[in-house]
Amino acid sequence: MIVGNRKEFKEIVGMLGSNRRVLLLGCNECVTVCGVGGEKEVGVLASELRIHWKTAGETFEVREHTLERQCDYEYIDQVRSFVGDYDVVLSMACGAGVQYVAEAYKTKLVMPAVNTTFLGVTLEQGVWSERCQGCGACILDMTGGVCPIARCAKSLMNGPCGGSSAGKCEVDREVDCGWQLIIDRLTELGQLDRYEDILPVKDWRSSREAGPRKRIREDLRL
Amino acid sequence: MRLSYPSNVKIVKVPCTGRVDILLILHAFEKGVDGVYLAGCMEGECHFLRGNLRAKQRVQYVKGLLEEVGLGGDRVEMFNMSASQGQRFAQVAQEMTERVRLLGPSPVRGGLKDDSRQSQGI
Repeated sequence: MIVGNRKEFKEIVGMLGSNRRVLLLGCNECVTVCGVGGEKEVGVLASELRIHWKTAGETFEVREHTLERQCDYEYIDQVRSFVGDYDVVLSMACGAGVQYVAEAYKTKLVMPAVNTTFLGVTLEQGVWSERCQGCGACILDMTGGVCPIARCAKSLMNGPCGGSSAGKCEVDREVDCGWQLIIDRLTELGQLDRYEDILPVKDWRSSREAGPRKRIREDLRL
Repeated sequence: MRLSYPSNVKIVKVPCTGRVDILLILHAFEKGVDGVYLAGCMEGECHFLRGNLRAKQRVQYVKGLLEEVGLGGDRVEMFNMSASQGQRFAQVAQEMTERVRLLGPSPVRGGLKDDSRQSQGI
């Protein structure tokens, strides 16, 4: 899932400026699961804004609304009938959602309440960890199912580097060395001989280096 | 025991402090209350195992939120006491009342008489 962090309240208030009619838009997908932008978090931020503006003695209006997704036009379109009543849409979705809402309502200010951070997994309730960087050319079959791009601080194709110590990364001693994880996993799989294979230089054109990406499946198009 | 405690303390009964969601606390502050405290069972003695521990973590989270919005985290607190500790119940009510009195009235204007959430149809 896409994981994010909510922006600090002070930053959000600064971003809103003098806009006092706010449509606070949550998303029922990834940001709900990672506890940053679902219905509950929309309620919390709306409550914070109300307390803040009531304290300042200002008039305001905050409407809470959570869409099934903010990355599909059909759902975004559901707020069309009342989006015009507000000065600004404050989106609690990932960056993709924020942008798609802005694309749908071209004359409406759309602002992010969340910093989108990574593609990851739930380690336990309340704890998420990065697993994928969306490089566009998966090599997990060669690395025992552990991604060196996402889990090695240097994204080394052949590791570990000299900064690996006792299975931890020099960047942060709390972070596992991605290549140590790969070696451990290959050992468990009885495939440690694969570690001897030198992985070729990665072609980063499938990643961000070739600009924004698009995927088309002609058979699904209407 | 016939113990007395400050009359400004209004009790909201819940089956367990684990029932107390952060939104419940925030909505109370939105409505203008000066302080909120949770009176949970002793740690390790929760009938639902972890209810009071969850409440403790939520109170910590709400403290951060109240700091963010400028109300101050000291307006919310978690206390633990057993059902037989009437004395402690009264003492905590007194202690929290004094703390909140020192902090002064909530700066949230419009308070209890103006439920803007309702007026805005939220």
